[in-house]
Amino acid sequence: MTKFVDNIPEGPLADKWTKYKADAKLVNPANRRNIDVIVIGTGLAGGAAAASLGEMGFNVKSFCFQDSPRRAHSIAAQGGINAAKNYQNDGDSTYRLFYDTVKGGDYRSREANVYRLAEVSANIIDQCVAQGVPFAREYGGLLDNRSFGGVQVQRTFYAKGQTGQQLLIGAYQALSRQISKGTVTMYNRHEMMEIVKIDGKARGIIARNLITGEVERHSAHAVVVASGGYSNVFFLSTNAMGSNCTAAWKSYKNGAHFANSCYVQIHPTCIPVTGDHQSKLTLMSESLRNDGRIWVPKKKEDSQAIAKGEKTALDIAEDDRDYYLERRYPAFGNLVPRDVASRAAKERCDAGFGVNKTGQAVFLDFSDAINRLGKDAVEARYGNLFQMYEKITAENPYEMPMKIYPAIHYTMGGVWVDYNLQTSVPGLFAAGEANFSDHGANRLGASALMQGLADGYFVLPYTISNYLADDIRTGAISTEHAEFEKAEKAVKDRLDFFMDNKGSKSVDYFHKKLGKVMWEKCGMARNKKGLEEAIEEIKAIREEFWKEVKVPGVQNSFNQELEKAGRVADFIELGDLMCRDALSREESCGGHFREEHQTTEGEALRNDEDYTYVAAWEYKGDNETPELHKEDLKFENIELKQRSYK
Amino acid sequence: MAGMNLTLKVWRQNGAEDKGRIVEYKMSDISPDMSFLEMIDVLNEELIQKGDDPIAFDHDCREGICGSCSMYINGEPHGPEDLITTCQLHMRSFKDGDTIYIEPWRAAAFPVIKDLVVDRTAFDAIIQVGGYVSVNTSGNTQDANALPIPKADADAAFDAATCIGCGACVATCKNSSAMLFTSAKISHLALLPQGKVEAQERALNMVEKMDELGFGNCTNTGDCEVQCPKGISLDNIALMNREFLGASLKSEK
Ligand SMILES: Cc1cc2nc3c(=O)[nH]c(=O)nc-3n(C[C@H](O)[C@H](O)[C@H](O)COP(=O)(O)OP(=O)(O)OC[C@H]3O[C@@H](n4cnc5c(N)ncnc54)[C@H](O)[C@@H]3O)c2cc1C
Ligand code: SF4
Ligand code: FES
Repeated sequence: MTKFVDNIPEGPLADKWTKYKADAKLVNPANRRNIDVIVIGTGLAGGAAAASLGEMGFNVKSFCFQDSPRRAHSIAAQGGINAAKNYQNDGDSTYRLFYDTVKGGDYRSREANVYRLAEVSANIIDQCVAQGVPFAREYGGLLDNRSFGGVQVQRTFYAKGQTGQQLLIGAYQALSRQISKGTVTMYNRHEMMEIVKIDGKARGIIARNLITGEVERHSAHAVVVASGGYSNVFFLSTNAMGSNCTAAWKSYKNGAHFANSCYVQIHPTCIPVTGDHQSKLTLMSESLRNDGRIWVPKKKEDSQAIAKGEKTALDIAEDDRDYYLERRYPAFGNLVPRDVASRAAKERCDAGFGVNKTGQAVFLDFSDAINRLGKDAVEARYGNLFQMYEKITAENPYEMPMKIYPAIHYTMGGVWVDYNLQTSVPGLFAAGEANFSDHGANRLGASALMQGLADGYFVLPYTISNYLADDIRTGAISTEHAEFEKAEKAVKDRLDFFMDNKGSKSVDYFHKKLGKVMWEKCGMARNKKGLEEAIEEIKAIREEFWKEVKVPGVQNSFNQELEKAGRVADFIELGDLMCRDALSREESCGGHFREEHQTTEGEALRNDEDYTYVAAWEYKGDNETPELHKEDLKFENIELKQRSYK
Repeated sequence: MAGMNLTLKVWRQNGAEDKGRIVEYKMSDISPDMSFLEMIDVLNEELIQKGDDPIAFDHDCREGICGSCSMYINGEPHGPEDLITTCQLHMRSFKDGDTIYIEPWRAAAFPVIKDLVVDRTAFDAIIQVGGYVSVNTSGNTQDANALPIPKADADAAFDAATCIGCGACVATCKNSSAMLFTSAKISHLALLPQGKVEAQERALNMVEKMDELGFGNCTNTGDCEVQCPKGISLDNIALMNREFLGASLKSEK
């Protein structure tokens, strides 16, 4: 069993990062341009990392599969970004953000990493404002804040409902500046297909040019995987259609451990499914929960009448409404964490109180807020979200309560990394949603954007330099090396297989089938029997996929089905690992709810005695059982408590 | 409700070299709740089953924010509804028996890659010559609240910054001008004190680049504003012209 080296610096929590930066090795500026770094992904994490590393003078190659780096999935984030600025003077501090993040993560994250995140958070806002990110402001001209799911201070910065867009455009602009200076070379419409390792170190990638179909070799002294999360393993999620796990999965298959894959976040406020044609789910920012009240009818007859279209929400008298979050959790009410809000919605709907045709929807009602604040104030806060809702559903939320239901939204698990954000493969780093690092078993709202930018702007520039300081004499890495040859052949063989296979079913057929198994058996609630069945079912899907998948078109041209085929092949394997991870974790925590482990009131029951560890899985071969390694989590600054939002 | 029957006339072009042609497809039982792109998904699934090549189109977020989707539908970029992208268009905007023409953006600066997919990297190239604030990413800038910004300016900058870079403005313009896109970035930054410093030089460089890349001139027809899914205003073009003029005057000295 490998010994975990988390590389956390010695010393008190609050001094670790300062000490690290003071001790980190640097690369002489003259040497930097001879050192190549590949960054996969141009979201907040990858975009910020590529811009920063380019600015430092490294020779950066940046990859994304979209036609422009500005379109990375980060663009879709709505609600906001956290930072411990304490501008509102409501008692916020680095320590409180750290504490809230560890608590929100159900005590399954690493203290030192989380503290660093909280520590650099304030600088993110300074940086973004300097870049021209137009955050919301108060009339006095200062930055405005809101509070966001699960916390009691106002530390969330936002730009209407388009925070992700504005932050990503900031990073994209910084990246564009480096591209114009020649420090970053941009490879858009390129898909990373394989990691290349030489003498145990990550030294490059194989990528496919998505326009010409050409398979290319790219070498580097270090590789950063910032390829986002894997929610699309469920087929339906709030993630962009192209979001995929391939880069993370190839890292795993090349020796990087994959951690905590069962921790998946369900978002409570999404627009419900309308039918089989559904291709993705749309999130309504959870900032809506600040002013919206969630309810279902108290009487089943009312729910049924609404589902049949005989009544609407407006016909239900105040006394006949069950504001179940306010009832069950008086202290936090509608602002309980996402997992608690999601399960509570499912509980009501499973009990027969759902309010649409499928029985899977609850109301999110703004009538109180409109009465209290006025329609204009509500419009100023949520105008574009209301508009988006109306466009999709053809219902006006100013008049009729929204209908919402939980959907898969974010994946806390990911590639295992140490304090340096380095994976178990030297020279291979992982950042942003692709790594497992900061959110434990559950992420607080508005903390993913914070983590992506922290990793990219402020952490990787130090830790990668520290790593590369030993590489200044290596010289350029040749793409003629036998390892490149081997990796390229594997990639080409797989592409040829897809093109030649005489199957009868489309890639989507398999993706939907996988998604259904994952949602039903490894989704919001899991149990032993279901997970064991899921593993068998996924095995069967996998066998059928390799026999029956049908990919039209040709290899050496623009071919979106071929792109999807590779991604779904990887999702199928990941699905298996997720079920194994969920099966081995005999407790409920954060985004992992095991039905066997709950209180009599249906709340999650952690088992700190046996499960206060990171589950890091090691790939052992294609048909071998992966090996579980446990990284014990030590809590020296925070006392473990059972979460209570009552 | 019974689904709709539709006739689609779709531009098919197998690569940049191919001449391209309209191909007709019959669709039946289309739900009004489907999004436009989900309707194409259904068609593509049928094409794959038949062993035909599915229709290539750009898309990713499917919620109107990434700017990937880009279809010319019945002669209008992003289709008949105002202030939405193609992915936000729903089939309830059409009726049973309709014929729908679907084509790619057409502009010299946006060559077709395949079917409905075009190459919009020219937009990135415009940003690369100055669509940013020249500040390093160290985070060691002044405190974010050290410099208050009037709310009205911040809001106006935000409005300009909501451009998603989709290219509908270029596609709809008879001159294929990229003025609306370029001016949106110039105003976003010029309206903020952080971006003001470089405003004139930025305008000069971006406009020059725009011309060099083969986008046409602006003759104030205003179609771009009408078709922009994000409601980017023509006022931005006026603001850009001011910065540009200021810069040109200076550089003539
Ligand atoms: C609808 C929605 C709303 C959200 N709202 C919020 C919010 O309000 N606040 C918050 O903090 N978080 C929010 N989140 C979460 C947050 O947006 C994401 O976790 C975060 O943006 C991820 O950033 P990233 O840089 O890690 O990856 P992404 O932004 O997902 O970027 C991934 C990049 O990797 C590239 N890539 C992937 N695979 C490959 C490959 N094989 N080859 C080449 N390139 C590849 C892609 O092209 C892309 O550039 C939201 C998420 C969703 C879905
Ligand atoms: S200005 Fe409008 S139409 Fe033009 S690229 Fe931006 S969002 Fe699209
Ligand atoms: S797919 Fe992102 S805007 Fe349409």
